[in-house]
Amino acid sequence: MTVILETRALKRTFGAVVAAHNINIQIHAGEVMGVIGSNGAGKTTFVNMVTGYLPPSSGEILYHGDSVVGLPTRDITRKGICRSFQIPQLFAELTVIDNMLIALTIANGARPALMRRAVTPELEERAMALLDRFGIAHHAQREVGVLAQGVRKLVDIAMATVAEPQLLFLDEPTSGVSADEKMDFMGTLIAALKSTQTAVLFIEHDMEIVETFSPRVVAFYEGTILADGPTAEVLANDKVREFVIGGEFHRKSETEGGVH
Amino acid sequence: MLTAVAIAVDGLGFAAWLFLSSVGLTLIYGVMRILNIAHGGFYALGAYASAWAIGLYMQTGQPVALAFLIIPVMAVLAGTVAGLLIERGVLRFMYGRDEVLMVLVTYALFLILEDVTKLIWGTDSYVAWQPAYALGTIDIMGIPYTGYKFMIIGVAVVCGGALYWGLSHTRVGKLLLVVIEDREVAGSLGINVTRFFTVTFLVGATLGALGGALTAPEISVVPGIGAEIIVMAFAVIVIGGMGSIPGAVIGALIVGLARATSVHLYPPAELFSIYLVMAAVLAVKPYGLFALAEGRKI
Amino acid sequence: MTRADKTEWALIIAFPVLIAAALLLPSWMVNYIQVSLGTGLVALGVMIQMRAGLVSFGQGLYFCVGGYAAGMAGKFLGITDFFVLLVLGVVAALVISIALGFLLRRYREIFFAMLSLAVSMILYGLLSSSEGLGSTDGFNLPVPTYLFFAPEGDAARMTLYALTAALTVICAIVLNRVLRSPLGMINEAIRENELRVEYLGSSAHYAVHVTYVIAACVSSIGGVLWALSLGHVDPEMTNWTTSGAFVFVVILAGTGNIIAPLVGTFLLEILRVYAVELSPNTWQMILGTVMLLTIIFLPKGLWSLMGRKPKAQGPSPDGAVQPGE
Repeated sequence: MTVILETRALKRTFGAVVAAHNINIQIHAGEVMGVIGSNGAGKTTFVNMVTGYLPPSSGEILYHGDSVVGLPTRDITRKGICRSFQIPQLFAELTVIDNMLIALTIANGARPALMRRAVTPELEERAMALLDRFGIAHHAQREVGVLAQGVRKLVDIAMATVAEPQLLFLDEPTSGVSADEKMDFMGTLIAALKSTQTAVLFIEHDMEIVETFSPRVVAFYEGTILADGPTAEVLANDKVREFVIGGEFHRKSETEGGVH
Repeated sequence: MLTAVAIAVDGLGFAAWLFLSSVGLTLIYGVMRILNIAHGGFYALGAYASAWAIGLYMQTGQPVALAFLIIPVMAVLAGTVAGLLIERGVLRFMYGRDEVLMVLVTYALFLILEDVTKLIWGTDSYVAWQPAYALGTIDIMGIPYTGYKFMIIGVAVVCGGALYWGLSHTRVGKLLLVVIEDREVAGSLGINVTRFFTVTFLVGATLGALGGALTAPEISVVPGIGAEIIVMAFAVIVIGGMGSIPGAVIGALIVGLARATSVHLYPPAELFSIYLVMAAVLAVKPYGLFALAEGRKI
Repeated sequence: MTRADKTEWALIIAFPVLIAAALLLPSWMVNYIQVSLGTGLVALGVMIQMRAGLVSFGQGLYFCVGGYAAGMAGKFLGITDFFVLLVLGVVAALVISIALGFLLRRYREIFFAMLSLAVSMILYGLLSSSEGLGSTDGFNLPVPTYLFFAPEGDAARMTLYALTAALTVICAIVLNRVLRSPLGMINEAIRENELRVEYLGSSAHYAVHVTYVIAACVSSIGGVLWALSLGHVDPEMTNWTTSGAFVFVVILAGTGNIIAPLVGTFLLEILRVYAVELSPNTWQMILGTVMLLTIIFLPKGLWSLMGRKPKAQGPSPDGAVQPGE
């Protein structure tokens, strides 16, 4: 499989705090991989760096062999790297369909036209088809701000896919989705993405979901990669069991206590 | 050399006046996140109240010394009454709303205050020159300066010092600093933020009124002075970083010196110079010299 | 070309109605209509920026730039041709707004509001102290000519009026299309969540810059038309209190429809005439109170009382005064 994204010795510091260091990762075309690690382990920092939101303090990010360090987020998106957010980043006062129409409009051209009508029947059809793929077409006319968290998550992810990215980062797609719905939710999601040939990297705290949906797992601990490999191997790794999964169980009980 | 001294002295004078007129604006923004356009209204109220009261007092033929007491009294009176009415009557119902919306709200309040001032004092100009005249002049290298100018510099230093002391040495002040620095931390520490708002607004309003009241003896008090000051006060606090009190000191000094330089070297550019400095500062520091930290979004 | 929507038909019909009004109504009334069409265009400039969540407290800058550019061309170059003056006004605004846009497009929310105010006050300061331009008194404009046509008296008044009405209608139609265009949609998105706009692959800075320039050009057209109909310009045009009045109109009328600020400007103009006569010292108090009440009870402006959802208005029928996050 071809490597589409490669990071070399990626590092990011905030003042004296090292948020991420020595991150070396290779992502292949079309693969699905899970990322685990407790809060503050550097997972989101890694995604923020690759998508251009945070410039790395040092290191290299190669996309199809070319460096993307220093490019603004929008240019990286246009190259085919998209992401969803742990807290959905939506246009809250607009309807679901309008959110999708805006995403499609932007995907259609970097420099917006001034006099052409943006919304065409064809564009509306595409937006509806996308919503349908994620099973949220019946929410199309509702204002995003009033929707349940799970639906907002799906809208957020659907918007990240409109540009048909080659690489998609999902930042905790199942956070905020209730425990018994998580499996189905992730099933819908992965099925919807399967048809697109997109490489998917998702950050996840639920080991059952990781085991079910990703053949490969990367474990983050204290800003760097502790283990990277086939899921069964990584999850059986002693260090991972001690530092990452142990922490997860701890975290899980906290979350269920309503602290989240 | 002579010009340089003149620029320095005049610049300090301007700076003192600007600091007094704008520190309340930055304090209110820092604590409440309200960019209070009505601040110009407080300034005008303070100026009218003090000019009017001094005028009445001087008619009685009493010694001028007591007129100096009238200035702070009228400032506190104007600031507290108007501040209390506005904060309790309108603003408290709108806390937590969008910052831009609050600008529009305070703009509406500014318009109302302007007419309240006109209804109370009419549209004639008021002059209360006696206190300014009473302090005589001081010669520096042959240039006469009014003693009143130095008094304003003194008041600015005292007010700035008092604010600094109050914020760094009292419990309330320290808590206020926490609110300015980080609202989320403030909330989680269990600070009752809204209770501080009333106090802050009254202090800010009074400072604005004091700026006007102190200026009254030096100028002719006419309608429109509130609209003028708010623009300059805004330049000051933007340069310093909105919400930062040390920023207001630096901003006032920068704007004051820029204006004095322009007045002495090329008068037509007076207003222009202020914004030129502002643009220069913003080109380097987009949110001012002591910008408040913003929370991360993702 | 896309087909005209309801708003555009209303605007097209408005033109003959405006002409008929000029023939039927008393001339003082016609004057107010003409003046308010000029200022109405500036309000439209404020409105399209507000759809992107940007409140310009300095739109008077371009109102003034348009008026002064036309006025100075007349005063110093002896140009009287309406079309040349108009083009000069727009070109001046275009150049200035492109340059200033590089600074302002970085700012949002209160910073945008206050910095737009600040730049308009720079011009105010400059004009107030330029003796050659009459300082705070300003100066008079020539009576315009039209290509090879130099009407006088009633004919001159009517020509200027008709052109003012026509230009206003054209500008409003163009802006209505801009609101429904991809740029218009992206502006709505910027108002709601700029981070997402960047992550979708669009430059918010670019969209804001373009919108700022469009608003400037429309406002400058308003400035030229207003200045020519009054025959006079002065620095008050760019005082922030003038800009505040434009913001007031848009808050009151709402941003739901392009026609709303135009109608709002006219009604306000008429109201002002009476209020200033009856009680000059409470006019601003009335304005302030009405504005407060509108913000509290009708956050989407008076237009929302029309009770219909103008679906053709692009993605959002609301787009009210809830700028930014």
